[in-house]
Amino acid sequence: MIPEILSFGDKGFGDELLRGVQFTLLIAASAYIIGICIGLVGSAAKLYGGPVSRGVGATYTTIVRSVPELVLILILYFAGTRGINSLLGLVGVGPVEVNGTLAAILVLGVVQGAYHTEVFRAAIQSVPVGQIEAGKAYGMGGLQIFRRITGPAMLPNAIPGLSNLWLVVIKDTALVAVVGNVELLSTTASAAAFTKRYMLFYLTTALIYLSITLISNYFIGRLETRYRRGQTRLA
Amino acid sequence: MTFKKLLMAAAAALAISATSAKADLVFATDTSAYPPFTSQNAAGQFEGWEFDLMNAVCAEMNEKCTMIPIAWDGIIPALLEKKMDGIFGSMSITDKRKEQIDFSDMYYNSASVIIGAKTGDMDFSPEHLSGKVIGVQGATIHQNYIDKYYVSKGATAKAYQKQDEANADLAAGRVDYLMADGVALQAYLASDEGKACCELKGAVADDKEILGYGVGVGLRKEDTALKDKINAAIKAVAAKGVFEELNKKYGLEGLMIVPPKG
Amino acid sequence: MNWTWFVEYLPLLGKGLWLTIQLLVLSMVFGLILAVPVGLVQVTGPRWLGAIAKAYCTVMRGTPLLVQLWLLYFGLGSVFAAYPEIRQSAFWPILREGYFYAVLAFTLNEAGYGGEIMRGGFLSVPKGELEAARAFGMSPWQVLHRVWLPRAFRNVLPTLAGETVLMLKATPLAATVTVLDIFGVILRVRQNTYLTYEPLFTAAVLYIGLTFLITYAFGHLEKQIPSRR
Repeated sequence: MIPEILSFGDKGFGDELLRGVQFTLLIAASAYIIGICIGLVGSAAKLYGGPVSRGVGATYTTIVRSVPELVLILILYFAGTRGINSLLGLVGVGPVEVNGTLAAILVLGVVQGAYHTEVFRAAIQSVPVGQIEAGKAYGMGGLQIFRRITGPAMLPNAIPGLSNLWLVVIKDTALVAVVGNVELLSTTASAAAFTKRYMLFYLTTALIYLSITLISNYFIGRLETRYRRGQTRLA
Repeated sequence: MTFKKLLMAAAAALAISATSAKADLVFATDTSAYPPFTSQNAAGQFEGWEFDLMNAVCAEMNEKCTMIPIAWDGIIPALLEKKMDGIFGSMSITDKRKEQIDFSDMYYNSASVIIGAKTGDMDFSPEHLSGKVIGVQGATIHQNYIDKYYVSKGATAKAYQKQDEANADLAAGRVDYLMADGVALQAYLASDEGKACCELKGAVADDKEILGYGVGVGLRKEDTALKDKINAAIKAVAAKGVFEELNKKYGLEGLMIVPPKG
Repeated sequence: MNWTWFVEYLPLLGKGLWLTIQLLVLSMVFGLILAVPVGLVQVTGPRWLGAIAKAYCTVMRGTPLLVQLWLLYFGLGSVFAAYPEIRQSAFWPILREGYFYAVLAFTLNEAGYGGEIMRGGFLSVPKGELEAARAFGMSPWQVLHRVWLPRAFRNVLPTLAGETVLMLKATPLAATVTVLDIFGVILRVRQNTYLTYEPLFTAAVLYIGLTFLITYAFGHLEKQIPSRR
């Protein structure tokens, strides 16, 4: 049923596409995690920081959300390597050649970070102030309040935004194909060009992305049900 | 205090994970398939005349080499950013490029040609092609040539990121002509799609300033030691007759100018 | 910083800016026109039509726009290669150009996202207003174009502003199919000058400028909506 050209093994491109999917998921997951880390720091900076932190946070999110991802990817791709090399230079290690996949992960992570900042900021702000005041009344320190009150309370509110960003990062990995990174779309493009079977490969790839999205949606749905347990259901 | 240590540890981890074994040489070529010089087969491995030559040269230098794909229009900036050690992707040696990077000695030269639909005639002079659409790959000598001689006479140039995209559009009829390297286009005309749609119109008049002095390995200007090693290896490989073998293997005899055996 | 190229490429950049604006406006307008039935049919039914619309939205939102664009451009391109007769048809001048495929892909994609937005918009109009309209004896079509659609549209205007910005950020993808929009021109500048940062920063500034324009325009539109707060 599967055409020979898509099969696994030497003659078919099936294992190539599978490898592409692995790269896509690797880049997406890593960038997503980096985005979350940056998002937590960024939202804290925008909510609790002084004027400088807030200014930096605001500039960061505004620029990343106004400039097209493709332009950002190109800028960060080149600036990123230079940045890492100078960082390593500070520590005393010589300039390195940054692996393409790592570069893609870092770039997409920085882009994701701006969006995560906004998601967490909105979620944290939705936590009733009274609960935080109660924590302070009990004598809890800042980090304790976050760990015990703000964190668990804001998580259900953040999940819709976070799940949307997961879907976004999967689709954004396709963009790094334009800079030549190895992932699903670039693999598809070379396979299609090699075999001249453009329709077949692009349709197959679209189906693969769709499957990833649908499977993700299923698990996100279950995650949301679990984290919203105990909360009053919206009418 | 601990934060700084954390930063250093992170940077070190980054460095270790980022570099594939530092002793290897990494060469880059275009992401587009460019047969018969470089292309990736169904197993994802590189193959082709240029890939075989790279391996021969590296064996001569006693180095382990890998080839990675990098988008052509960013390949020179990538080299300058030290993403790889050299460009082994049929990059022509031109004075303009020499302002940014250095090149090894020439390892092949071939004519640049124009191909077009079989339904058209054989005249490919700039005046005759006025009003037609000519496809080229971006950031190539062919793009510069078309801009200088054909666009000025009224033709429209369409630039593609990859050569195989340009080929596909010629077959689809979205462009009327293509200009690119003769050997690469000959490989395309030999394919089923190429045979069905198109034919060779002819080789363009030479212009050394635009079309350059043959193809060489692109290197950073400061890597003079690497350049000497590669040049020596190319000479040694030529003396062993490797070029003749490769030309025979890929059916390119008579089409290529290669370094002399002597 | 090397800016010597800027003056030379200014006319080309101007044309690129105009192309980007065209791509944005055309895909938003046609996309939203398509989005209205896609969203409406999910609310009113019939069930099977609504299911098709939902599937359409899921596919459009579940696959990357770049894949959709390349599928249309290269996929249809290979069809044209197989049937040379198409080149004689009257549509050929349009089908030749990457511009057509960019607008088509962006429009279809926007219809998918817009469909979801309009569905929410139609659901958000208070039932009472629709019932009142029907009580006046308006036909379903009159209810739609006099009450339901305008109210739904105004309710989702802020979301549409965000959507327009997102579409603007998607327009650079057109450069991958030979369209010389802002990004296409910047790529050409990069290729000819080997500069990396200056052209990209110029592009970033242009896009930020356009984003501010869009946000301002929509803010102006939103102020026009009468709402008692």
